[in-house]
Amino acid sequence: MATAKPPQPFLSRTWDYITETQIWRSIFRHGMPANNRNRVLVVMSNVFLHLHPVKIRKSGIRLKFTWCMGGLTFFLFLVETFTGLLLMFYYRPTVAYAYMDIIDLAEQVPLGIMREIHRWGAHAMVITVWLHMFRVFMTGSYKPPREFNWNVGVILLVLTLLLSFTGYLLPWDQLAIWAITVGSNMARATPVLGHEGPGSQLLALGDVKMVHAGSDARFALLGGRFVGEGALLRFYVLHCVGIPLVAGILMAVHFWRVRKDGGISGPL
Amino acid sequence: MADEKEAAAEATPPGGAKPGPVGSPPMTPLEPGTGATPAAQPYGRSNTIGPGIVSAATAGKAPAAEREGVSRRSFMKWSLPVGWVAFSAACASSLVATARFLFPNVLFEPPQSFKAGFPGEYNVGEVDVRWKDAYGVWIVRNPEGFYALIAVCTHLGCSPNWLPAENKFKCPCHGSGFYMTGVNFEGPAPRPLERARIVLADDGQILVDKSVKFQSEKGEWTKPEAFLKV
Repeated sequence: MATAKPPQPFLSRTWDYITETQIWRSIFRHGMPANNRNRVLVVMSNVFLHLHPVKIRKSGIRLKFTWCMGGLTFFLFLVETFTGLLLMFYYRPTVAYAYMDIIDLAEQVPLGIMREIHRWGAHAMVITVWLHMFRVFMTGSYKPPREFNWNVGVILLVLTLLLSFTGYLLPWDQLAIWAITVGSNMARATPVLGHEGPGSQLLALGDVKMVHAGSDARFALLGGRFVGEGALLRFYVLHCVGIPLVAGILMAVHFWRVRKDGGISGPL
Repeated sequence: MADEKEAAAEATPPGGAKPGPVGSPPMTPLEPGTGATPAAQPYGRSNTIGPGIVSAATAGKAPAAEREGVSRRSFMKWSLPVGWVAFSAACASSLVATARFLFPNVLFEPPQSFKAGFPGEYNVGEVDVRWKDAYGVWIVRNPEGFYALIAVCTHLGCSPNWLPAENKFKCPCHGSGFYMTGVNFEGPAPRPLERARIVLADDGQILVDKSVKFQSEKGEWTKPEAFLKV
């Protein structure tokens, strides 16, 4: 049988050998995506791709229809994650170091543009997330069966803004401190849970108020009565771990929901 | 589209178009409809994009475009590789810059060399521990002069302590012991402590430089800068 076969070229024999090893076959469990069955298998057997639809309408991915804004937002989130991770190697979230570390990131650390990339990316992400929302609204893509995903998207919008808000404090300059002072003062007026908010008097044991400046929503946010060491550390942890974690999970749900609700909606 | 193709075919000067870029045969317009099969297209050799793209792109428009100087095909032939090379270069340089980002220009740690005061500030026969916390160095004064021992255990790199009562260096991690000279005598340490370069600076102070090390087992303790004679 072997003698009947013409001799194979070296590269082709090597390729065959590699693709028949156990390592290769454990990673790539299907053939080339040259037919419909394999194309489906590629998507279904990959944890990243399986969030996406196996098939989408050609009209649904037209740039004029989607503006690519959802994808760009996700791309910018990845940029922020990567540059943020690198910045964490140099930035220390303490009152003594934070401001000087930011200065050093621009003037001493190689590639002093890294923090600016992170900042520009943050601005761009806020813009693209709004444009994505605007597109989804104008194309009616929020309508059933996609109303659930619209709400997931609204939460993601809020998380994006909270990421910007928490990141804003970290440079620890005058702008940051007073911006967060003003911003967090709004939490004083939280209904029931803010000590200056409506209904805060309702929570009291006799004459002892349960909700006061040292126990209300603003206090929990800042870890203190004013924007100080506690606030800096809390905002840092929320900015780097807490909010990205929640946003990451919701993004997975968001993308998977697009698939489950029939892919990108068709043009009107 | 069909009208356009016919118009383009008519507009081609007799004898074919002017020669294409480097080594490609003269372009001849395809007949409308013969199109996309590789067998039918006459300039497969110079085709850098792929038969489908070329025939689709050039079948009707190339001759018309050529009157203006640059055909779509010659534009693609150069702009595609140039674009990819530029894109790859941008990606590679970003990667290099990102790797460089991980190597800071400014360190928040004590310098490798420092001035340790004047020789008269040290007592003969004593191990001086005043620089140990800041620079990790003991300076020992014996009757002949000075040497600087680096306070890193030669076993696994902990910091030993000088025990004056027992007249030895003792490592708290695994119990290695060293004489005042730095020579090991107990515990798992395989070789003596290392000595640092010690010289007199221009202003008469002792200068210690940890970046230059002298190892006993290599016979380096006899080198001139391993010991400061006074």
